[in-house]
Amino acid sequence: MSTVHFTDYEGNTTSLDANEGDSVMETAVRNGLEGIVAECGGSLSCATCHVFLDEADADKVPPMSEMEDEMLYGTTEDREDNSRLSCQLKLGADTEVHVTTPETQV
Amino acid sequence: MTVSTDQQTVPSYAGAQAPAADQATGLLIIGASQSGVQLAISLRALGFDDHITLLGDEDHRPYQRPALSKEYLQGKVGSESLIFRTNEYWIDHNITLIKNERIDDIQRDQQHPGAGIAYGRSGATYPYRRLALTVGASPRRLEVAGGNLPGVVYLRNADDAIELKALVPEAKDVVVVGGGFIGLEAASSLHELGKNVTVLEHGPKLIGRAVGEQTSQYFLNQHRHRGLDIRLEAQIDEILADDNGDVKAVRLTNGEEVAAQIVLIGIGVVPNTQLADILGLEINNGIVVNAHALASDGNTIVAGDVANMPNPVPGSPTNERIRMESVNNAIEHAKVAAYSLMGRSEEYAGIPWFWSNQADIKLQIAGLSTGFDQTVVRDDTNRGKFSVLYYRDGQIIAADCANAPLDFMAVKQALGKGKNIDPEAAAEVSTMLKTLIA
Repeated sequence: MSTVHFTDYEGNTTSLDANEGDSVMETAVRNGLEGIVAECGGSLSCATCHVFLDEADADKVPPMSEMEDEMLYGTTEDREDNSRLSCQLKLGADTEVHVTTPETQV
Repeated sequence: MTVSTDQQTVPSYAGAQAPAADQATGLLIIGASQSGVQLAISLRALGFDDHITLLGDEDHRPYQRPALSKEYLQGKVGSESLIFRTNEYWIDHNITLIKNERIDDIQRDQQHPGAGIAYGRSGATYPYRRLALTVGASPRRLEVAGGNLPGVVYLRNADDAIELKALVPEAKDVVVVGGGFIGLEAASSLHELGKNVTVLEHGPKLIGRAVGEQTSQYFLNQHRHRGLDIRLEAQIDEILADDNGDVKAVRLTNGEEVAAQIVLIGIGVVPNTQLADILGLEINNGIVVNAHALASDGNTIVAGDVANMPNPVPGSPTNERIRMESVNNAIEHAKVAAYSLMGRSEEYAGIPWFWSNQADIKLQIAGLSTGFDQTVVRDDTNRGKFSVLYYRDGQIIAADCANAPLDFMAVKQALGKGKNIDPEAAAEVSTMLKTLIA
């Protein structure tokens, strides 16, 4: 079992269990976590699942593709160095990652 | 409401406990669709505290449809990853899910405006205090000889996708009827699975309803280059069966026969207005609603693909009406419907957007190009990017962007802020559109 720790913009943290192969986005949405919208359901088309990934966890998830990189320029809250689209953050077995959600996605 | 069957269904329940048979649910949402799910979720986020019943006619937990023609069909994602919410979510939020039930009749409560009783095909009754219809649309049927043969399939819901997927291993040749989004997505997916795919489009161009001439031509070239056999202005005479009664070919009116063990029909959808008809609601290309997602009786909430609404795009002609088939609209319209049920009068205003993934081409559309009088093409072939910007009276109103998310994002942003992108400057492909927003 993997775990994702979501911290919202006000500093409140929610920790959710995740299955191997699930993305951080899927984990959030299925449990109704606010702060991640994911309109396109994970097809890398909408940039509404923006998160800031804890730098210490950067190597635990797949690297960024060119398409994700370009999409990140369209997020509502401006991207930072540790910005990722959470639909692209697929979790391995027994992975633990920490992300912060932006104040707004749309 | 897409499965049409004469069999008696057996509803199954999940989520929170249903109210007792003689008690009404606070809100009955008919249609466990993208829009129906969003309505329930948004209402809970806004503090709606009455019991909600979310009723659907499929025997599946509410799920997302877009992947059915792509990742799911190709086996890249399993059915579990299409599910919207865990069962615990529905329980925790006092929402009862009813699956595999079809509403055949509705009677209004004459004493209490907005309330009534819905009658299920299973024999169960569903009393409610308020009603929402998020019933979507059904595939338009191809009326042609042989149209009901085994092997002739449609693609709208999960059962359609399961049926199609089961046919795939045995098939060598596939004919896709209809060169729109669904047809081209499925054709690309099946081609990548190694099938010999022919697309028959009866009109003169691909994706005719949604994109302009240049984008249409771009997709025609791209798909032909990748190996799809695309026939424009193809008229079907008959679908032919082999000795076992299974589909074997499609015969065109020019006499040519195209071999097929699967014929997939994707020729558009028809809004599901049967229940609105029973309720006496105004119907005109969908169920007519006002800017607050209220139908003509002033009580029934209607959202998503089935709703014919005032055009929500800022700056669109007054009194213009529109019915949109998209995930974005299903979500945004449901949010407006939720506000409406809470007694708040937020109007629907937003920039519609659409996407379609076909093979390795990601098409993203921002805005509505209806009524354009000028286009700017940004063809960056070397980097595989292609965009068309649409203008009306010098103001940008929409863009089709193929593998060009930066262009898409820039146009969406400009439209959202009511700003423009200078057409002459935009014609230079090396210029980032984001720098031209003014």
